[in-house]
Amino acid sequence: MIQVKALSKFYGKKAVVEDVTVTIQPGKITSFIGPNGAGKSTLLSMVSRLLDGDTGEVLVDQSDVRKIKSNDFAKRVSILKQSNYMNVRLTIRELVSFGRFPYSRGRLTAEDERIVDQSLDYMHLSVMQDRFLDELSGGQRQRAFIAMVIAQDTEYILLDEPLNNLDMKHSVQIMKILRRLVNELGKTVVIVLHDINFASVYSDWIVAMKDGRVVKDGPTAEIIQSEALKEIYDMDIPIQEVENCRICVYFNS
Amino acid sequence: MKKRYLLLALIVLSIISLFVGVSQLSPMDLVDFQSEETQIFLISRVPRLVAILLAGAGMSIAGLIMQQLSQNKFVSPTTAGTLDATRLGILVAMLMFANASMLEKMAIAFVFALAGTFLFMQILDRIKFKDAIFIPLVGLMFGNILSSVTTFFAYRADVIQNMSAWLQGDFSMIMKGRYELLYISIPILIIAYFYANRFTVAGMGEDFSKNLGLAYRRVVNLGLILVALVTTTVVLTVGMIPFLGLIVPNIISIFKGDHLQKTLPHTALLGANFLLVCDILGRVIIFPYEISISLMVGVIGSGIFLYLLFRRKVYA
Repeated sequence: MIQVKALSKFYGKKAVVEDVTVTIQPGKITSFIGPNGAGKSTLLSMVSRLLDGDTGEVLVDQSDVRKIKSNDFAKRVSILKQSNYMNVRLTIRELVSFGRFPYSRGRLTAEDERIVDQSLDYMHLSVMQDRFLDELSGGQRQRAFIAMVIAQDTEYILLDEPLNNLDMKHSVQIMKILRRLVNELGKTVVIVLHDINFASVYSDWIVAMKDGRVVKDGPTAEIIQSEALKEIYDMDIPIQEVENCRICVYFNS
Repeated sequence: MKKRYLLLALIVLSIISLFVGVSQLSPMDLVDFQSEETQIFLISRVPRLVAILLAGAGMSIAGLIMQQLSQNKFVSPTTAGTLDATRLGILVAMLMFANASMLEKMAIAFVFALAGTFLFMQILDRIKFKDAIFIPLVGLMFGNILSSVTTFFAYRADVIQNMSAWLQGDFSMIMKGRYELLYISIPILIIAYFYANRFTVAGMGEDFSKNLGLAYRRVVNLGLILVALVTTTVVLTVGMIPFLGLIVPNIISIFKGDHLQKTLPHTALLGANFLLVCDILGRVIIFPYEISISLMVGVIGSGIFLYLLFRRKVYA
């Protein structure tokens, strides 16, 4: 369980994240939603220790994240940031092997190799494992990074806008994979999402932020309601039930 | 680009290098241990070869580490001001500590090289616009500023002539007793190899490194120290060798990728090979005179560099 307690982050005098208290349920997909600049990515970065909070604390399984050794932390929590341009030329397999870095510091054991093989298999990347990352499409590259996180074998997987720059087909593919990670491998997944309908269809729990504060926090069905969305986005968003999915029709609002 | 072939080429070129020169030397002369030929061989030819191999491998690895850590394929000691900072350090050592030993001079130059490289990395951190071409341009400008400071003080102190000796890389002055500083490259190469995986991870950015539990800052700092050490020893013993640290790692990256543990040996081997070829050509083109190595590498290297720039759309 990840607990965020009264966490704040200031840039100068401006609070980007202000007094946030939130609990992330284990074995579920939790989505952070909200308008641009709401502080979702900053919050995720603080939970994953990429950024230090100014006040408050983050607990992972009851221990303060600042007190966990970085190597141990890397075995419990992994984070994928918006995969902006990476110009390092690695093959898929080499990248996935780095997922074992917290365990083997780069000298892979037979056990590590086996886990790398499994991760590649799980993401259907085995056939193209020797291709270079810079020769892949956006969706393939994103899958390679997720395979690396699987090899890292952490209980908590945090992703910052994993659907950025992906087309419909690949977005759906990635979300289905995350769902499988939770259902089959028992992982806890936290994602920052822009598309509210992906959050609605795939997540169990939603944390909605606005101006650095949490404005809504609850099971998906409770948040995907016109009144709640009005509060988050300042838009009147009608909701339609289509094939058991609650879809927000925000295009005309 | 097999390691085996690179090694084979290195051995063949090394043998050629040992027997090319103004004084006629053949392997048969070496049978007599007391002969003048054997003396030339041991005092001049062998040190020259060793110096070329160490400088070539060292500068290429320095470039490779810099490119990895700055996440930019066009950054190298030439394009990041490291060479110019080293030269400024040497000037300071010459002017202010005239009686210092070679090792003390090296220490001063090293401090400057390190400071210059750190400064460049700091500038890099602050630039939001991370264009692949823009960053080395900033480095070149930074280097030129340092260089003009050096020239100014060198002019005032009337040591321009002296300084230009450091400016021009030249192997013809390498003799027994004047190149041994270069042996520092060997432990550096070994350390670089042991840290190869860490450098690769660090090359994927700070967030990525932290995710894997890597002490990012410490690894970057270590890398920059290694780069500054290699550059200082090479500039002090041989002089500036431009472009070497830029093109060799790029060529290997195209064929082998950027997994440092796998590409480091190739880069070192190709660097030594490349420098050997340039040196041999420089010695035979206007025989019995010699074209300095920095000119040879500059001409061939800038050609290859331009080619790399043009094919950038395909790769990098």
